[in-house]
Amino acid sequence: MGMPIAHIMASGMTGIRAAGDLVARMQFDKNMRIGEAKDFVAKKLGVSTADLSDEYVMRELREELDIGVITSVPGCAKGIAAKMNIEKLLGIDINCCDKFREITG
Amino acid sequence: MATEYFLRMGDGQKIFMTKEDIRADIEAGSADAADLGDIPALTEDQMDKMLDIIISPGRIVGVEPGMEVPVTHDIGAIRIDGDQGNSGVGIPSSRLVGSMMHERAFGADTMELGHIDYSYKPVKPVISQECQTMEVCQQNMIIPMLYGAMPNMGLYYTPDGPFENPGDLMKAFKISEAQDSIFHAAEHGIRDMVWIMQRLQHVGCDGVNFDTIGAAGDGDMYASLNSIEALRKEFPGIYIEAGMAGELVLGMHGELEYDGTVLAGLWPHQQAPLIAKAGANVFGPVCNTNTSRTSAWNLGRSVTFMKAAVEASTIPCHVDMGMGVGGIPMLETPPIDAVTRASKAMVEIAGVDGI
Repeated sequence: MGMPIAHIMASGMTGIRAAGDLVARMQFDKNMRIGEAKDFVAKKLGVSTADLSDEYVMRELREELDIGVITSVPGCAKGIAAKMNIEKLLGIDINCCDKFREITG
Repeated sequence: MATEYFLRMGDGQKIFMTKEDIRADIEAGSADAADLGDIPALTEDQMDKMLDIIISPGRIVGVEPGMEVPVTHDIGAIRIDGDQGNSGVGIPSSRLVGSMMHERAFGADTMELGHIDYSYKPVKPVISQECQTMEVCQQNMIIPMLYGAMPNMGLYYTPDGPFENPGDLMKAFKISEAQDSIFHAAEHGIRDMVWIMQRLQHVGCDGVNFDTIGAAGDGDMYASLNSIEALRKEFPGIYIEAGMAGELVLGMHGELEYDGTVLAGLWPHQQAPLIAKAGANVFGPVCNTNTSRTSAWNLGRSVTFMKAAVEASTIPCHVDMGMGVGGIPMLETPPIDAVTRASKAMVEIAGVDGI
C-alpha cells in the first residue's frame, strides 16, 4: 500500500488535491503527451503549468470552478456533478455524464 | 576508506557500495538493455544524474517542482480490502470506499475497479455485479475510473480452461497443435474482453486497463491488441490503457502477427507503435527487476528501455513501476527510498508521461 503513495508523493500530481485528474483525463481523452496535456489544462484554468501541482493554488480554484475538492465541503459539487463541470471546463464528453443525461432526459 | 552509500538489491535488501561501484553498475545495466534492445545506452550525463539520485542523502527524493506526472493505478481497491495474494492489506471495505480513499485520501490521479481475481475470464459470471459497482463508483468518483484486469490467457488452457495446454503439447513435440491451441485461446480471450467492456461502457465506465499484456506470451498480446482495436472501433471515446507484463514478448506461438509485425521478441520501443496503432491512449511499458542485481543495475537497465519506448511512442507512456518492475525491488513492501529514487529517475531521465 505504501508503494503507490510513495510514487504519488515523489512524482505524482496528487489528483484532486491539485489538477492531476484533469491532466490524466486529457492524456486519456486526447492522447496528449505530458507537456501538451499540462499546457492545455493550464490554459483552461488560467494558471501556469507549475501551478497544476500546487495545492495552494488549486485548492481555491477547484472550489471556485466547482470541479471537486479534496475535502468534503458542504454544497460543493461531488462525484458526477463535479465531472459535469469538468466536461464544460475541458470541452470533453465523459461517458458517465452522457449516461446521466440520457437517464434524466 | 572510501565512502559507501546505501542502496538496495533487486530483492530489497539494503547494501552499501562506493560511488564508483554504483556508477559501474548503472553503466552495466544500461549496456545490457542497449545490447538486448539494440537501442542507445544512457549518456554519461544521464548516468551521472542517476548516480546523484541514488546517492542522494535523504531517505526519500522527489522530482523537481513542475516535473510531476499523473500516477495511474492498477489492481484497483483490491490493495485495500484484498488478501496478501494481491498484496492487499485486508481492510474490510467496499470497492467504492477503497476507490474513494485513493481519490480523497491518497491523491491518486486515476483509479480503476478490479475483480478480486483480477483476470477478465472470471468476470463473465459476475458481470452484473461489476456493472453495478462501476455505476456506483462513477456516480461518486471524480478522477478517471477505468475497469482493470489481466488478459491472463493461461486461464484458457487445461486444467483451468477448454484448450489443451500448449506447454504440454510442446513437450510432446506437437508444435502446430500448440500453436492452434494458443490461437483458439486468443480468439476466446478477445471475445470475452470485448464483451465485458461492452457491458461496462454501457453503465458509464471511463475505459479499460489491460494489465500485464503478454504474461502468457505472444498469444496474450495478440488477444489484447485485437481487443483494443475492436473496442476503439465500437467506442471511439473509451479510455484505453495497455500495460505490459515484461520487457520482452515471449514467443510461445512464435508466428502471431499484428499489423504485419511478428509479436514474439518485441522490446518496449517496438511494442509502443503497435499499442498505439491498435487504438490505446496510454502505453504502460515494463522492465522486470533482476533480484540478484543491485538497484543501480536494475534502474540503469530499466530507464534505458523506458527512454527508448518514450521516444518511439506516439501516445503517452505511463511506465509500470509496481513491485518488481521499473527498477523497483521485487517484494511486497518495496522500500520507500528505492521507490522514490526509481520514480524520480524515470521521470527526469526517461521522460515518462506518467507512472
